[in-house]
Amino acid sequence: MPVYNLTVNGQPRTVDAPADMPLLWVLRDLLDVTGPKYGCGVGVCGACTSHLGDSAVRPCITPISAVSEPVTTIDGLEQNGDLHPIQQAWIDLDVASCGYCQPGQIMTALALIVANPNPTDDDIDIAMSQNVCRCGTYAKIRAAIKEAARVMRGGH
Amino acid sequence: MARRLDPIEPGHQRGAFEPTRREFLQVLIAGSTLMIGGVFLTREEAAALPGPGNTSDQSDIGDSLVAVETPYKYMLKLEVTPHNRVVFQLPRQDKGQGIATALAMMIAEEMDADYDRVDVQLSDRDSNRPTTITGGSSTIRTMWEPARTVAANARLRLVTAAAARWSVPPNQITVKKSLVMHAATGRAANFGELSAEAAALAIPVTPLPLKDPSQYTIIGSADGKGRKNARDIVTGKQKYTLDLRPGDAPDYPANAKPAVVLRPPDIKGRVSESWSLPAPPPGIVYVKINLPDRGPVETGSTFPQPTGIAVVAVADNASFHHALAARNALEPLVDWEPGPMAAMSGEGIRTTLVSLTPALTPVASGLSSLDATFDFPYVAHAPLEVMDAVADVRASSATIWYPSQTPNYQVGQIAAATGIPDANITLHIPFAGGAFGRRLFGEAAIEAALISQQVGLPIKLMWTRNDDMRHGRFRPMTHHAIRATWSNGTIQSWEHQVAAAEMDLRHGYGDALSPPGIALSHPEIEQAAFNATVSVPYEFGATQQRITNMRFEVPTGSWRSIYSGFTMTANEIFVDRLAQAFGADDIQFRLDHLANSTSASAPRAIRVLEKVRDKRAAWGAAPAGHAYGVAVHAEYRSAVAYLVEIDAVDPANPRLARAYAAVDVGLPINRKGLEAQFQGVLIDAFSVMIRAGNHLDAGHIVEGSFSDFHWARMNHSPRSFEVFIFDATSDTPGGAGELGLPPGSAACINAYARATGTQPSRFPVLDPTS
Ligand code: FES
Ligand code: FES
Repeated sequence: MPVYNLTVNGQPRTVDAPADMPLLWVLRDLLDVTGPKYGCGVGVCGACTSHLGDSAVRPCITPISAVSEPVTTIDGLEQNGDLHPIQQAWIDLDVASCGYCQPGQIMTALALIVANPNPTDDDIDIAMSQNVCRCGTYAKIRAAIKEAARVMRGGH
Repeated sequence: MARRLDPIEPGHQRGAFEPTRREFLQVLIAGSTLMIGGVFLTREEAAALPGPGNTSDQSDIGDSLVAVETPYKYMLKLEVTPHNRVVFQLPRQDKGQGIATALAMMIAEEMDADYDRVDVQLSDRDSNRPTTITGGSSTIRTMWEPARTVAANARLRLVTAAAARWSVPPNQITVKKSLVMHAATGRAANFGELSAEAAALAIPVTPLPLKDPSQYTIIGSADGKGRKNARDIVTGKQKYTLDLRPGDAPDYPANAKPAVVLRPPDIKGRVSESWSLPAPPPGIVYVKINLPDRGPVETGSTFPQPTGIAVVAVADNASFHHALAARNALEPLVDWEPGPMAAMSGEGIRTTLVSLTPALTPVASGLSSLDATFDFPYVAHAPLEVMDAVADVRASSATIWYPSQTPNYQVGQIAAATGIPDANITLHIPFAGGAFGRRLFGEAAIEAALISQQVGLPIKLMWTRNDDMRHGRFRPMTHHAIRATWSNGTIQSWEHQVAAAEMDLRHGYGDALSPPGIALSHPEIEQAAFNATVSVPYEFGATQQRITNMRFEVPTGSWRSIYSGFTMTANEIFVDRLAQAFGADDIQFRLDHLANSTSASAPRAIRVLEKVRDKRAAWGAAPAGHAYGVAVHAEYRSAVAYLVEIDAVDPANPRLARAYAAVDVGLPINRKGLEAQFQGVLIDAFSVMIRAGNHLDAGHIVEGSFSDFHWARMNHSPRSFEVFIFDATSDTPGGAGELGLPPGSAACINAYARATGTQPSRFPVLDPTS
């Protein structure tokens, strides 16, 4: 099996995996990075959403052979015990219900804010409608995105 | 494959806290820390005690559950650790509804503990606590008095220990934020420091006077509390069942193998008898699963869908990827028998339900009348965490991780399927990614146990989303016929006939609903549950509502309520039509028919409707293409009214624009948690009424994932959503989790009907089932 050298949440990792193995299972089963969740396996729910570079991708449909940029998952946002502002906003607004979708929601939202530091409601609708929240936390996600964006812009 | 040697024989290691005999009104002491619990009865003793009476209009399922748990209600586990933490074992399942946080608030309040030092864990299955169902919006109601009483007893013990240590009268001692103090002498000790001495005291757990609500600082506080596990969730550290790894629990196996199941195309299809399994590829083991359709535990109990071929990846470092790839390779080779519904479609079931519906009472001469029919589809629960379980089955014992809503029922099913004695099965309850009633049953846990038993290795089983949607359970399809009659502007009668595909309640509501000593048949349980959940709050003259059931081979289960989700939704849509027939305003019409109602629910319904009336006035006229809709529902000793604004500028792609809910839950515990419940349930409501339902076609479910099960997303959700929660209107909390579904659903349809000038009667509106 081919050997792949990855950067996962800032750490160099080496895995031995078939070329078609989805990144989701590489992360969860070979590297024990369990933040990204399985919700559909076919790219339609967003529960697994993680970043390659600055882009949000669906690891469940991303073969390991296609991974050339550093991988960031929800597990990698916290730095030395300090939460990322988007995580803090999620806590402050008590967004999560069951929480199962939230790793993917946060990673989708972060990519949105990085690309668009002051997203409108329309922008949020478009970007976030790729993710399902079965608990219906959308109103709180919307508020948390605005709050996180405000903090990430420097507080205004 | 050879069986492993089994080091653990019957009489497996017992937990430190596992009472097995009657210790009436005694405190249990574990080691040198205070561990407190109440009345301990064995299962047999509890079963011999009188149960609740039959249900009536005034008594609902929550009351029945409170009654049935009374004999062992104080059998709860609360520990004060030397590290000054209070740890409460909650005999319920938290799957996001927020009960663990609410219980932490209740316990911190009653103990005067530091809220941040109170932890609530989900209790393992405990056979000495026979009813531990998480359902019927009943957790807060059933735990309200018992949890606070046990907390008050723990506080009493700590205060008594401090008084003894300092030789001061206990009544001079104060407690604040887990600190026990004697002001006059300036002495203080925290709970942890006093735990060992408190544990040595022999004070029985008794009902104590509990804190007066006027003293509350945590319960009902204006801000509420965020979820205890919010930080774990946003950092990816929250462990759901398949996130567990060796070291996360002392008994978690070192080498659990990933397993998936190749399932038939049809519901309850089977592998053809004449087909034989090929040899598996290296590193893969196949296991045929063919459970009987009816389980042996109780007559009629169902084992839906544990049929198929388990594909287990047994190599070192095996991944679900390997199991899935092998499953995909096997799929085209299998010969399947059609399922029992192969000749049936959703339309066929609907036609059957229509013919099953009793004729409505003829309209007496001289009366005016209005009729309507409604059709609700099968709807998958589709929690975002798919069905999954971990099983480590040995020769005569088993350890299972499955987030069950009915742990004792679940263990009984596993015992029956594996032959392992009930007493030798440990069931751990992980936090779950949603349930909505789905985890009242646990086919995945039964399958996982069987696979582990046959392979002789611990395994972790994952259902794919397709499995979950095509072989899961569904809210039953229903047909409704409603008729109201009136004369001189006064409603004379209200009749609602529901014809429903059977609702499977075999997971244990029966215990709570049966009169003592009588085992009700399933149809009788259904009728009792129906009577205990749906009641019309209005003064509508002669009122009758009945349900007629028929069993189809489509597995069903409660879906964020038992019957109210469709029955009360249909009512509130019909009430809007009735108001139109009267030329009346929808809110005023409701208020007028609540004003003279004798229903115990009427005052609450009026209270929440008046708030909604004021809010709608403040909103002013709806923009073009938009419309408002209102509905109300009172159940579980609570009431909520919704006001929604639907944007139907494009009638084929409507969305919620704005929403408001007015909520009276008697005594609110956690306002943040309540807000989440009442926001979330409106998304359920919009989804199942407007967009998402399941279609049965020639024996199989058409939808397979969130691509065709059109759950609402951000672009359908309201851009502003206010939840108003009344301050305490009662000294006890009512239920909340399921309360919002009927009025949320009806409000969406009432708004959509108004915006589009239509009268939707088949749901979901955009994709009707038949
Ligand atoms: S699991 Fe990847 S999008 Fe659903
Ligand atoms: S919080 Fe449960 S699925 Fe989103």
